[in-house]
Amino acid sequence: MRAADRRTRPLARWFGLQWPSVGSCRAMHDVQAPGRARSGVEHAACCPALRFQHVSAEYHGVPALEQITLSLDVGKRLAVVGPNGAGKSTFLALAAGLLAPANGTIEVFGHAPLAHLCISYLPQRAAVDWRFPVTVFDVVLMARGGRMGPLRRPSRADRQIARDALRTVGIADLASRRIADLSGGQQQRMFVARAFAQQAELVLMDEPLAALDVHSITEILELIDKLSDQGATPVVALHDLGIAGQRFDRVLLLDRQMVGYGSAEDVLSPERLRRAYGSCLRMIETEEGVLMIQDTACSGGHIDELP
Amino acid sequence: MSFLEMVVFPFSYPFMVRGLLAAVIVGIVCSVIGCYVVLRGMAFLGSAVAHSILPGLAVGFLVEGQDDRRGLFWWALGTSVFVALGVGAISRRGRIREDSAIGIVFAGMFALGIALISTVRGFAVDLVHFLFGNVLAVTAWDLAVIGAFGGAILLLVGLFYKEFLVISFDPTLGRTQRLPVRLYQNLLLILMALTVAVSLQTVGVGLMLAMLVTPPSAALLLTRRLPMMMAASAGIGALSGLIGLYVSFYVGIASGAAIVLVATGLFLVLLAVSLVRSRRRHAFPANDGRDAFTAG
Repeated sequence: MRAADRRTRPLARWFGLQWPSVGSCRAMHDVQAPGRARSGVEHAACCPALRFQHVSAEYHGVPALEQITLSLDVGKRLAVVGPNGAGKSTFLALAAGLLAPANGTIEVFGHAPLAHLCISYLPQRAAVDWRFPVTVFDVVLMARGGRMGPLRRPSRADRQIARDALRTVGIADLASRRIADLSGGQQQRMFVARAFAQQAELVLMDEPLAALDVHSITEILELIDKLSDQGATPVVALHDLGIAGQRFDRVLLLDRQMVGYGSAEDVLSPERLRRAYGSCLRMIETEEGVLMIQDTACSGGHIDELP
Repeated sequence: MSFLEMVVFPFSYPFMVRGLLAAVIVGIVCSVIGCYVVLRGMAFLGSAVAHSILPGLAVGFLVEGQDDRRGLFWWALGTSVFVALGVGAISRRGRIREDSAIGIVFAGMFALGIALISTVRGFAVDLVHFLFGNVLAVTAWDLAVIGAFGGAILLLVGLFYKEFLVISFDPTLGRTQRLPVRLYQNLLLILMALTVAVSLQTVGVGLMLAMLVTPPSAALLLTRRLPMMMAASAGIGALSGLIGLYVSFYVGIASGAAIVLVATGLFLVLLAVSLVRSRRRHAFPANDGRDAFTAG
């Protein structure tokens, strides 16, 4: 125990800030912060990255998602699609442990989500206060806070990890830029850098492609591939069914319940899409296949309303 | 009288020395806590806590008697912490909009305080002091309390800087890091309540909000990072206390009002500076706004 620990630990205990000490997250990166105070549970090697069994969720007694059952293997990219209000954000909140399910069980690497420190949740950009006086580096360094424990300062290794993460996503030159001065694509890359700095193994992204230009969308999709290449499991809520079909290993189609889960060919069938989107999605039969025209601002036709 | 004599003269009075120390300490503590008040959008809550202290003071007055000023301080302290945590809990329930919940508690408590005070004769003078502050009546004991609590507040802000930053900027990140977010939110509310209680005598209930909001807002105009914002805010707060007290001494206006007016003046000057700078930045985009002024 370092001298600094001996000084700060009793104080932390006095404030009731001692966490239960558990095993270690499987290390995804080579660099390890020494003297780290907290770590998540040991991952069970047998288990999928994400497993939902008969999961339902509700907000203030109103059902938001019902009967979700799925299993996602480590490293597979999952796209979560569905009309507005279909429960995409709810699904991500459940996986992050931010929302407790009303029914059913959720396992992340074989344990309850709350046991983990290696889950990264990337908020919708609209949910962030961009006027907040922090730099890009500050935001990425925040990712190290969970592993540091209370009353500790970021170590040199923590700072190095944050710098490496910025380099990984290609915005090392923006480190000292105030977040208010970033473009939409840069903002999103900063959050992906935060996931890298957190050494996250399950990365939950809520509509990272919303309101981005085509160039930025390509960059973010490449970063999602990079996360997956490094052994992390990206779970991405998005609107674009074409991207979901082309760039992801698995697709989850939601409309307050699970309309489909599996490979894109199976899930994005005209029949299932009609069930999820109702009249919000026009499908035109052409010689080359089915052409889909989607209204992204539509809140969907729910299944019980269909003939 | 030379300028130097004008600067030194007020300190020939012991009450001015105490008042000055109190004004500067309160200016610093309010300005640092105020950074979180501004960034977390708690301005209305801060004002509500200040006003809601009144019934606590009135009860303290009825229980302890007029002569026991020290007893009153503890009543104020207890009431402010109770109200801050209470309003925090109500606003999290979600049945009533947060600002409405705060408004209901704020006005109800203030009315209760006035009702209680109106039953006591001779309290009117003290009431004015609590509403508008009287830094020149600060005793050595008051100063010791202000210093001790002020120091403790700044120490805790420093110790939990990393945690307060996360729960203010992105509470969801805090929750995925499995931090006790609610605990830190309550700790921050308690620190704000303590700040309000120790600042009561200097700026009073009515002007408390200005000390919590004006220096941090001015600091936000010229800094890019929270530590720099806190330092600049503390500087502006301390300067407001210092200059305000001189103005109060030489012009003969109420001390709390003088301090707040100086802070407001500093804010307006810095607002003008930042507007000019942003206009120049638009004219010369290559500059990118990263002047030496904002380096941090």
